[in-house]
Amino acid sequence: MVRRDLWSFMVWLERNANRIGFACVPILAIGTIMALWWSPPDVHMGQDLRLMYIHVPTIWVAYLALTVTLGASLMLLWKRELRWDDLAVASAEIGVLLTTLAIVVGAIWGKLTWGVYWTWDPRLTTTAVLVIIFAGYLLLRALTEDSWVRARQSAVIAIIGFVDIPVVHFSVLWWRSLHQAPTFLRPNLGDPTMDDRMELTLIVNLVGFTLLYGFLLGRRLRLARLQRELETVKWDDIVPETSALEPVHAR
Amino acid sequence: MMAQLMAIVRKDLLLEWRGKANLNALTVLALMIVLTMSFALGSDPTRLRLTAPAVVWVAIVFAAVLAFVRAYQMESENRCFEGMLLAGADPRAIYLAKLAVAALTMLVLEVVVIPTILLLDGIALGPRIWGLLPIAVLGTAGLSAVGSLYGRLTMAVRAREVMLPLLVLPVVVPIVLAAARASDLLFHGPAGQLGTWVGLLVVADVVLVTAGLLTYESIAED
Repeated sequence: MVRRDLWSFMVWLERNANRIGFACVPILAIGTIMALWWSPPDVHMGQDLRLMYIHVPTIWVAYLALTVTLGASLMLLWKRELRWDDLAVASAEIGVLLTTLAIVVGAIWGKLTWGVYWTWDPRLTTTAVLVIIFAGYLLLRALTEDSWVRARQSAVIAIIGFVDIPVVHFSVLWWRSLHQAPTFLRPNLGDPTMDDRMELTLIVNLVGFTLLYGFLLGRRLRLARLQRELETVKWDDIVPETSALEPVHAR
Repeated sequence: MMAQLMAIVRKDLLLEWRGKANLNALTVLALMIVLTMSFALGSDPTRLRLTAPAVVWVAIVFAAVLAFVRAYQMESENRCFEGMLLAGADPRAIYLAKLAVAALTMLVLEVVVIPTILLLDGIALGPRIWGLLPIAVLGTAGLSAVGSLYGRLTMAVRAREVMLPLLVLPVVVPIVLAAARASDLLFHGPAGQLGTWVGLLVVADVVLVTAGLLTYESIAED
């Protein structure tokens, strides 16, 4: 049941990708205007806080995208249908792109608020490890020709990577906290004292980025499907040719 | 499954014993990494002593990655891996056997490399040296759990010598971190938090071996 629902959702997403894309343009435009002008500056961070409206949505969509890759990888190993590999790679590419973007924006924000681009904070380090794991995932895909082998290989890497992430997080957490007092100064998203205008701006941008993810995913799914179809078309083209090359007496 | 496991372990150990090329080359490589790191760090004895646990684990990890490449290189020659599967070997038995042989090879290497660095940097451990044993065993087991899985995965890949470290290193971050920290605490104290790191090694090993056992079958036949 779940499989069929997910499957039809993928089909729907692919068909309606452009509509989702058109929908996200005004939302992101409004979100940008709200983020830059309408929402108030922060008491402590001033104008720097505005980076939050891009940092938080990108990292949220990145985690969502990589979780979708995990789900698709599990489905692939379970059901052995190549369509799940399309979903896994489509989402992984978007995930890697957005995680990198989130880390870059986070580094700039970090420089402004903490005074350094990078700290070995558990959340930062875990995210960096995550992006390296999935960069390796994409690299290995580029080196493997056979689509079945590639699908299963990548599924295993995605699953192992995901299973490993909590262990990475705890190891880095202890690595930091056992040596010095935990000083995780971080602007808190769930801060109850957050201004209503800030909260609304963040929500609008979150919705906009999620729709952007839907658009990109739908387009990438279509591309993956077409690529696979192209492979089979090539094969079909070869078949009549080889039969034409059969010895004359066989005709 | 147990009989199959033992048979494959015996086969690999015999090959290693007859050839010895693998272990010798890897040990020399690990020693070279230790030496190169010492040159790069400078001759300040205090600094060398403080960085010793890090250097030793860097050497072990890089040698281990090569060991995993080699473990499957010999299986891909003459399509030996396919032969094992055709002979009816359980993929999980192959995985555990590869894990065990890689870990054993690495432990022999560590028996040479770890005392060498202790001697070079003038670290006197006394009876505490036995504390290194569980750290080395657990750390090596975790590295081998990942390496034996990913080694199979990259066996047929063109640039496997590059791809394997790229895939293995980020996944073994917690193992390297915990093993190096535990060794650090053992070398330089305080030993109070040692248990936490050994515990983390145990958890990481259990997680990675279980995940490897569950997923190995789906890539074994490629």
